[in-house]
Amino acid sequence: MFAFLLKRVAYLLPTFFGITIVAFGFIRILPGDPVLLMAGERGLSPERHAQLMQQLGFDQPIWAQYLTYLGNLLQGDLSTSIVTKRPVLSEFLTLFPATVELSLCAILIAVMIGVPAGVLAAMRRGSLLDQAMMGTALVGYSMPIFWWGLLLIIFFSGMLQWTPVSGRISLIYFFPQVTGFMLIDSLLSGQKGAFGSAVSHLILPAIVLGTIPLAVIARQTRSAMLEVLGEDYIRTARAKGLSPFRVVGLHALRNALIPVVTTIGLQVGVLLAGAILTETIFSWPGIGKWMVDSIFRRDYPAVQGGLLMIAGLVMVVNLLVDLLYGLINPRIRHV
Amino acid sequence: MRYALCGAVAAALALTAIGTASAKTLVYCSEGSPEGFDPAPYTAGTTFDASSKPVYNRLVEFERGTTKVIPGLAESWTVSDDGLEYTFKLRPGVKFHTTDFFTPTRDFNADDVIFSFERQMDKDSPWYQYTPGISWEYFNAMSMPDLIKDIVKVDDMTVKFVLTRPEAPMMANLAMDFASIMSKEYADKLAADGHKEMLNQQPVGTGPFQFVAYQKDAVIRYHANPDYWGGKQPIDDLIFAITTDASVRQQKLLAGECQVMPFPNPADIASLKSNANLTVMEQEGLNIGYFGYNTQQPPFDKREVRKALNMAINKQAILEAVYQGSGRIAINPIPPTMWSYNKSIKDDPYDPATAKKMLDEAGVHDLKMKIWAMPVQRPYNPNARRMAELIQADFAKVGVTAEIVSYEWGEYLKLSKDVKRDGAVLLGWTGDNGDPDNFLAVLLGCDAVGGSNRAQWCNKEFDDLVQKAKVTSDVEERTKLYEQAQVVFKREAPWATIAHSVVFMPMSKKVQNYKMDPLGSHRFDGVDIAQ
Repeated sequence: MFAFLLKRVAYLLPTFFGITIVAFGFIRILPGDPVLLMAGERGLSPERHAQLMQQLGFDQPIWAQYLTYLGNLLQGDLSTSIVTKRPVLSEFLTLFPATVELSLCAILIAVMIGVPAGVLAAMRRGSLLDQAMMGTALVGYSMPIFWWGLLLIIFFSGMLQWTPVSGRISLIYFFPQVTGFMLIDSLLSGQKGAFGSAVSHLILPAIVLGTIPLAVIARQTRSAMLEVLGEDYIRTARAKGLSPFRVVGLHALRNALIPVVTTIGLQVGVLLAGAILTETIFSWPGIGKWMVDSIFRRDYPAVQGGLLMIAGLVMVVNLLVDLLYGLINPRIRHV
Repeated sequence: MRYALCGAVAAALALTAIGTASAKTLVYCSEGSPEGFDPAPYTAGTTFDASSKPVYNRLVEFERGTTKVIPGLAESWTVSDDGLEYTFKLRPGVKFHTTDFFTPTRDFNADDVIFSFERQMDKDSPWYQYTPGISWEYFNAMSMPDLIKDIVKVDDMTVKFVLTRPEAPMMANLAMDFASIMSKEYADKLAADGHKEMLNQQPVGTGPFQFVAYQKDAVIRYHANPDYWGGKQPIDDLIFAITTDASVRQQKLLAGECQVMPFPNPADIASLKSNANLTVMEQEGLNIGYFGYNTQQPPFDKREVRKALNMAINKQAILEAVYQGSGRIAINPIPPTMWSYNKSIKDDPYDPATAKKMLDEAGVHDLKMKIWAMPVQRPYNPNARRMAELIQADFAKVGVTAEIVSYEWGEYLKLSKDVKRDGAVLLGWTGDNGDPDNFLAVLLGCDAVGGSNRAQWCNKEFDDLVQKAKVTSDVEERTKLYEQAQVVFKREAPWATIAHSVVFMPMSKKVQNYKMDPLGSHRFDGVDIAQ
């Protein structure tokens, strides 16, 4: 197992190096530069433009800028945002817990509903229930997040007034951010009603962000279950007179879960992409919204730092998924 | 990090202590996050709304709801006869904010004024580069480094600005956000603590509200300054709930989660107006959307051709399709709310037949040209692509074939400045300080050719009038000069003036005494809320 882990980590190193190049190059491929955008319609003289580019270090050849970036990175320095003038790492870490909290709740909703729905649909293959569930999943998968989010806000927050419109907690609560996770901080604050408010603010954004992963997981679970349910050992288990619950829950689902876990792991990337829109709609102060703002402002250090951190996160999650296979299916450890 | 956390804990405790029972709180659904809380390094209105407007004062201020310059931290001032020396008598007894992170030991004085400007103009100042990559863009854009020769402390409560040349808009410049007065004592403390960067994160000013806490991209909290020299504010707490999407801001307003929202979607104005719980204030923005020809390239170097094309544009149709009712046809290059606006000037009529005839007479046949459409949405032009399509269709009616081009915004701004640019650009401008010079000299002056003068238009008669007005301190005389300059502009037609946008501000009926700012900022001093 340890050798397996070492091998996987060794694979990550060149990937991480590649990501530094992509993260560095991506924002520079876009036309326009931060100084021009900062000046806007007001404009600035070519001399002033050159002066500011020099001040920011953007007058250097690209390779020199990259080497500086890499050098700083090896010392754990993601540089300073050219807009807010604050360290990129500090900005990222301030906002990251909000995105993690939202993403975890979204994936929780997606798994808790998606897996049982997929199992049920597989067990009742071809039935009205199966068709209804898979049809709903297809609709969920095709739903534009922006439109879906606004629709839920208008209906649940505007018309029914069941949930708040946006934000992470009601403005009447004010306490220091200890962990950055609002659910935990609200509990730590000891303020009455704060936790409930944090939960109510999380419901709609988590549903919106979890919709696409839910649809994907439900469909994947169904097809994996269908494959497994046709296997000989399932027939044997049934012939032995095991209860349908044991057949499905113990024998079929465990084997069907392997591709499902892969899918869940892949959803991390989907969640982070979805977070960009979800966070914008729900005024959720996370890294998705921050990245979009940074791209629009051509905040090179923020974009390259943010991309690197996100890519690193996806890599770590994929590594964990690989390790999880080993737990679900011991044979994989020896491959 | 520990520094910020301690501040937040203390602020939370303080607010809990303050926030008992009947505190009046106003929640403003702001449209974006401030870049920082030191206004001088930035140029965005969103940043000024959150920093300079609530937290700071300037020597002189814009009167709420107008562009009139009134005393601020300076009680009075005198200008020397040659217009080169401005002497300010400072207001005594003004206190800087007492917060959890700073307790002032002295009142505001001349040292604070000198510090606030010196850090922007003196490259040797330890505050010139107090945080990595900082620059003083507005100070530079308003030509302050060339204009200010010296700032002299006459005594503790008197400061003299010595200029290199007479500059009539100087007072308006000093009312701008970059001229906000910081506490030198606070800056010295931060420097001693090794935390200079906190000047941009935890602001201390003399303004109507004091900063309490900022949760990045989510909420900014302020508390009314109990020692404010202008009197305590009617509300106790001011909260900015950062909500970037206009539809969501509207839902929050409707749900009572905030009481004021800026920048509604134009399509939603009618429904907001019909809501019995809301008031929708409106005001013409201090801006202009224009279509600027390159007057140095044939055939646009001919006045008759520019005039003819202007007459081919159906502005009313543009107003309906692009501004959806939130605009007014522009006649002059400055908005009607600005002093010296020349009301006697008539717009070129929409007359395609005459336009075609004029083009024929000018010897222009089968003209092919480019229309540059901005890739971004701005209040002065909410949909440049649509506007370009409408102009393209109008031009087709007079035999002109137009091709629409667009570039990434940064590239657009850069390429459109080129004197050899091919085609006419759609662009606009929002005023900085309410002075006509800020439109006429900046956008149409000879010095701005190859820069912000996108028409590349240098007309001696116009330029002489504007330059003369710039060094004339008598407002009546300046008004006459600017009125004449507008006549020359209309006659020469370097632009087709398209529209001035109308700015809408929906708010709860409970909000009292809010005044819309012609300069486009959002101020909450003097605002009350019914409970």
